[in-house]
Amino acid sequence: MKGNEALAEAAIRAGADAYFGYPITPQSEIIEYLMAENPEELTGMVVLQAESEVAAINMVYGAAGCGKRAMTSSSSPGISLKQEGLSYIAGAELPCVLVNVVRAGPGLGTIQPSQSDYFQAVKGGGHGDYKLIVLAPATVQESVDYVKLAFDLAFKYRNPVMILSDGIIGQMMEKVELFEQQPRLTEEFEWATVGKKPNKDSVIVTSLQLQSEEQEKVNLRLQAKYREVEKNEVRYETHNCEDAEYLFTAFGSCARITRKAMEMAREKGIKVGLLRPQTLYPFPVDAFHQLAGQLKGILTVEMNAGQMVEDVKLAVNGQTKVEHFGRFGGMIPSPEEILNAMEQKIIGG
Amino acid sequence: MSENLITPENLVYKKTKSMTDRILHYCPGCGHGTAHRMLAEAIDELGIQGETVGVAPVGCSVLAYYYFDVDMQEAAHGRAPAVATGIKRVFPEKYVFTYQGDGDLAAIGTAETIHACNRGENILVVFINNGIYGMTGGQMAPTTLEGMKSSTSPRGRDVKSMGSPLKITELIAQLPGTYFVTRQSVHTPANVRKTKRALKKALEYQKLNKGTCFVEIVSNCPSGWKMTPVQSNKWMEENMFPFYPLGDIKVPEK
Repeated sequence: MKGNEALAEAAIRAGADAYFGYPITPQSEIIEYLMAENPEELTGMVVLQAESEVAAINMVYGAAGCGKRAMTSSSSPGISLKQEGLSYIAGAELPCVLVNVVRAGPGLGTIQPSQSDYFQAVKGGGHGDYKLIVLAPATVQESVDYVKLAFDLAFKYRNPVMILSDGIIGQMMEKVELFEQQPRLTEEFEWATVGKKPNKDSVIVTSLQLQSEEQEKVNLRLQAKYREVEKNEVRYETHNCEDAEYLFTAFGSCARITRKAMEMAREKGIKVGLLRPQTLYPFPVDAFHQLAGQLKGILTVEMNAGQMVEDVKLAVNGQTKVEHFGRFGGMIPSPEEILNAMEQKIIGG
Repeated sequence: MSENLITPENLVYKKTKSMTDRILHYCPGCGHGTAHRMLAEAIDELGIQGETVGVAPVGCSVLAYYYFDVDMQEAAHGRAPAVATGIKRVFPEKYVFTYQGDGDLAAIGTAETIHACNRGENILVVFINNGIYGMTGGQMAPTTLEGMKSSTSPRGRDVKSMGSPLKITELIAQLPGTYFVTRQSVHTPANVRKTKRALKKALEYQKLNKGTCFVEIVSNCPSGWKMTPVQSNKWMEENMFPFYPLGDIKVPEK
């Protein structure tokens, strides 16, 4: 299946209650697939084309505030438009899933794949101190599996979860195993606006606090939640790290190309491994920190001008050399280029 | 003797159930309190307190969720109709309303307002039009009258450079998605009663799934207009009503 379509099918199967979206390349197949499949007939899932990205994320807010599994998707310029709503969702502690099929920027940029929204995804994105949980699929299979995982994490932590895909993963076709249809939620959450219960206080979904003391309490509660997320939800994959003297690190589609570069390096006798973060927030800080001691250097490979490299440097904390290699603007690095960068910047550098 | 008087048949007044006991923060003489009360009474009379979900805006009524004793969500500025769409689509059987001011509904949220109404979302939009941004301190609103002074139109609204006041309600009435569109006020007992009837009717219509109901309430802003409450009501009658005439704009076809 095509990455975007598989992801849309996964949303239906994950028992989503509602999808609100607005077309933008390279992710329009998500809403097109959902409209064609008509899940309202199958599971009762609502699918609505909003008048804008801004409206779509606020529809998600409304449905999420009712305790429903709500979702939206877009690509980079559209995700920028959603940042206001995301900040409100994070502030009101509502669960939701959003997908960013990243294209190159800034501005209208190009519709070609990129990873240039890393900062926006992992550092919050909108105003205020908040975090999204960020999952980075490298395959169509992971795009599917992460939809279910994303809803689970969103409700576990009452926090927005982003699937950070890109134009490669979204547009390519791969074999995929779909999970069984999950039931839609029937639970009524006490934090959700489902109609006031007799002898109970009405439920208010809000991110507004008039007093600084109260706002600080909210911020402290959010921070405590993020520490829990950092403790429990780090996911990453390693290849050939046991005897590695050098390390590649990359996420998403770029990690696949980098893996090929690693195999080429191994054939040349260079002891190099690969660490692929699957969660970008929480970042696998400890994994980098522990590996760093045995390494002569780390090359971060990204389809951007150097974003994840900052988090790698923070995790490594000076224990070993960290360099970045990137192509951007929609250009995709070749394994040869990546291996060459390792040899020039890390081994020979 | 007095104990014998406290019987159901002697009841002439009681607290509105769908309002909380919190003290309203609105300025003396402001129409918000009465508008809140009429909506809450309509909810009470229909017995739908437990089936109603409201959406509060950004503006003077940002804290409406403290005063309405129904489940409520606070929306970002202008986004209430989108939030209400999300709620209504997952809970089609609930009664959903937004309560918005003129800046929220007719400036920053114009797109959300028009498209929710155009889709015919089965929600009630309550629109308080006082021609000014009250909460932020009296700036020009989309509905500020020509020549009217505000802190961002200190020499009066110049329509050449600032645009004309927007009759969004007339515009909304043009959309096939709207079912009932009316303009009311809450400055006299007779108008208060009419407003309440309109709000109750609009909530009742929600069960018919015929489209959006839109109730504008032209109101005063003594603080923003820099008038006493009495002066502001007189000024509203003399200046606001000629431009924003009261009455039904679109009524369901018989």
